[in-house]
Amino acid sequence: MSAKRKVKVAFFDFTCCEGCQVELTNLSDPIFVGLLDHIEFVEFREVMKERTTEPIDIAFIEGSFTRESDRARLEDIRKRASIVIAYGACAATAGINAMKNHTTDYKEFVYGKDASMPHLETQKALPVSAAIKVDYALHGCPMDRAEFVRVVSHLLHGKQPVIPNYPVCVECKMRETVCRYDLNDHCLGLVARAGCGAPCPADGIPCEACRGFWDHPNEEAIEEILVSKGGLPAERAKEKSRMFTATMRRDAQ
Amino acid sequence: MSQNISVNVHHLTRVEGHGNIVVDVRNGKIEKMQWQVPEAPRFFEAMVRGRHYTEVARITSRICGICSIGHTLASVKATENALGIQITPQTFKLRTIIKHAENFDSHVLHIYFLVAPDLFGAPSVFPLVPTHTEVVVRALRMKRLGHEWGSLLGGRTTHPNRVIPGGFAEYPTEAELKNLKQRLINLQPDLDATVQTVLSVADKVPSFERPTEYMALSSDTEYALYDGVIQTVMPDGTKQRWPVAEYRSCTNEYVVPQSTAKYAKNKMGSYMAGALARFNNNYGLLHPEAKKLAEALKFKPLCFNPYMNSVAQLVEVVHSVKDSIRLLDEVLDAGYRPEDLAKPTKSGRGQGAVEVPRGILFHDYGYDNNGMCTGGNCIIPTNQNHGNIQLDLEALVPKLLAAKKDERAIELGLEMLVRAYDPCISCSTHYLKVEFKR
Repeated sequence: MSAKRKVKVAFFDFTCCEGCQVELTNLSDPIFVGLLDHIEFVEFREVMKERTTEPIDIAFIEGSFTRESDRARLEDIRKRASIVIAYGACAATAGINAMKNHTTDYKEFVYGKDASMPHLETQKALPVSAAIKVDYALHGCPMDRAEFVRVVSHLLHGKQPVIPNYPVCVECKMRETVCRYDLNDHCLGLVARAGCGAPCPADGIPCEACRGFWDHPNEEAIEEILVSKGGLPAERAKEKSRMFTATMRRDAQ
Repeated sequence: MSQNISVNVHHLTRVEGHGNIVVDVRNGKIEKMQWQVPEAPRFFEAMVRGRHYTEVARITSRICGICSIGHTLASVKATENALGIQITPQTFKLRTIIKHAENFDSHVLHIYFLVAPDLFGAPSVFPLVPTHTEVVVRALRMKRLGHEWGSLLGGRTTHPNRVIPGGFAEYPTEAELKNLKQRLINLQPDLDATVQTVLSVADKVPSFERPTEYMALSSDTEYALYDGVIQTVMPDGTKQRWPVAEYRSCTNEYVVPQSTAKYAKNKMGSYMAGALARFNNNYGLLHPEAKKLAEALKFKPLCFNPYMNSVAQLVEVVHSVKDSIRLLDEVLDAGYRPEDLAKPTKSGRGQGAVEVPRGILFHDYGYDNNGMCTGGNCIIPTNQNHGNIQLDLEALVPKLLAAKKDERAIELGLEMLVRAYDPCISCSTHYLKVEFKR
């Protein structure tokens, strides 16, 4: 990309809380204004009225794919964008939206007699990659701001971004956080994808694997450890990782 | 001219979530006037069933990325009520301070990034970067402070991890709290400049009035944000209160075909929640500095102009800064120290309510003897406002037509009206269910 032309960046949102977009406004003024020296936002509905039908260099897609009717919009974004990035847990793995996937009664239970109304259409929550090709994923709920800046910077320099693929435990050790299991608690850090810097155990709560599993999670072992070392009842241990990794579990439907 | 107007704002911009405005006028007669909410429903109810009480706030926080502190607080309050967990006075004050942080943070975002472009005649904040650099940099600086203020207590502001049932999982140091207090004191020039910025465009705030019912948390001792009872004020000034446990009897949610979010009403056809509702209910308990600002703006209760919601937010920005300084002094003077978590003493059902930036928020859960969640319900401010937005639009369109406004001006006026409510549409289609299974 030439030094003069700014990279055209767009943000799109599907089924999500838009918290990952809000995180951009927390970047602080020097970083945010600095980014604007290199990139141009061409579409970002949450903060911009401007829209575009032109080609996009990098499209960030937030939110899960939960309605067949959203497929055409996703395909249109893919067609226009050189690089598509799944932005945040909902887009990368379907995140918390997939917690309902193993149940079958959610629609009737929520809408009762109105469940068949056409505008209430929904399906299992899926990652954006279930509808279109995704080039990179920014994991986490919310996504990590430092990782966002790093990935954008790598792309601007024509480098391939490296997304960590090792457990959160590594990052707890690096920052010398006492293990939750040694504090009579439990944790999913053993199977969770790192890259966040492990803020949750340091803040006194277990890792809930909001960045999804890393590539080689030992699911049998984590269930066993949640019981033997974490003191969880067997049934709770079995369900534990459903909060953010429902689509990645070995029982995913 | 005989007016034919067609407004079709598909996916309104500069709001959280997806909403459409559809207006169809033929020969001066309004054929269709709808505020539509097509946001994808998310079924949080199916997610909290069977989860442990320590996980529930972590799940329902994800209803909203802008007000996740408020969802977390409402959730832990409901859980604490259900499980008989008594928090300490220090926890109460620290939670009030983080509630202030969220309202400050969100109001700054709304005033500067979502509303101001309309008043400056720009489509978004980005074209203002070269022309109004100082204002944009100030906005980002204040936004960042709001984020750091909330993160100091919550660990982070988007889905805070330190706020858990019984208290806090981790605490800032005393020095960090003192530093926060100093930064809030040092914010004064930015606050003054913000007021000046708003004053410079105040004449652009449309004049439109529609008396309605206003609902907010209310308390005898403070401008209620973290805690209080339900109160409404009617157009004639009559006030009535209800305990939070009776929230269903005054929210009365119902389903409409143009929306995946439920609507709500109480004594009138609709009611309003949010900064203007709080201002109208609780004006007397605002910090003196905030009242002084309201007086300077000739802004007093009862105000029936929904566009003034953004101005009420500005008044609350000042209130949240000043009241947090007071609370920080109290916490530090009382011998601040990290405290152990308060423990559950029973099982059962409980409710919690807080004022999030967009209005009153209710969470309600049941728990079995093992602390596992049996059912939940949340009622979100934006749901409560959808009906009021619709009635406002119905009252506003004929006025704009009578004033011979063209299609573009009508569209902008309607967009600005919806934006003034600062709707949080993802929130309103969260879908937590009303039924409890034991």
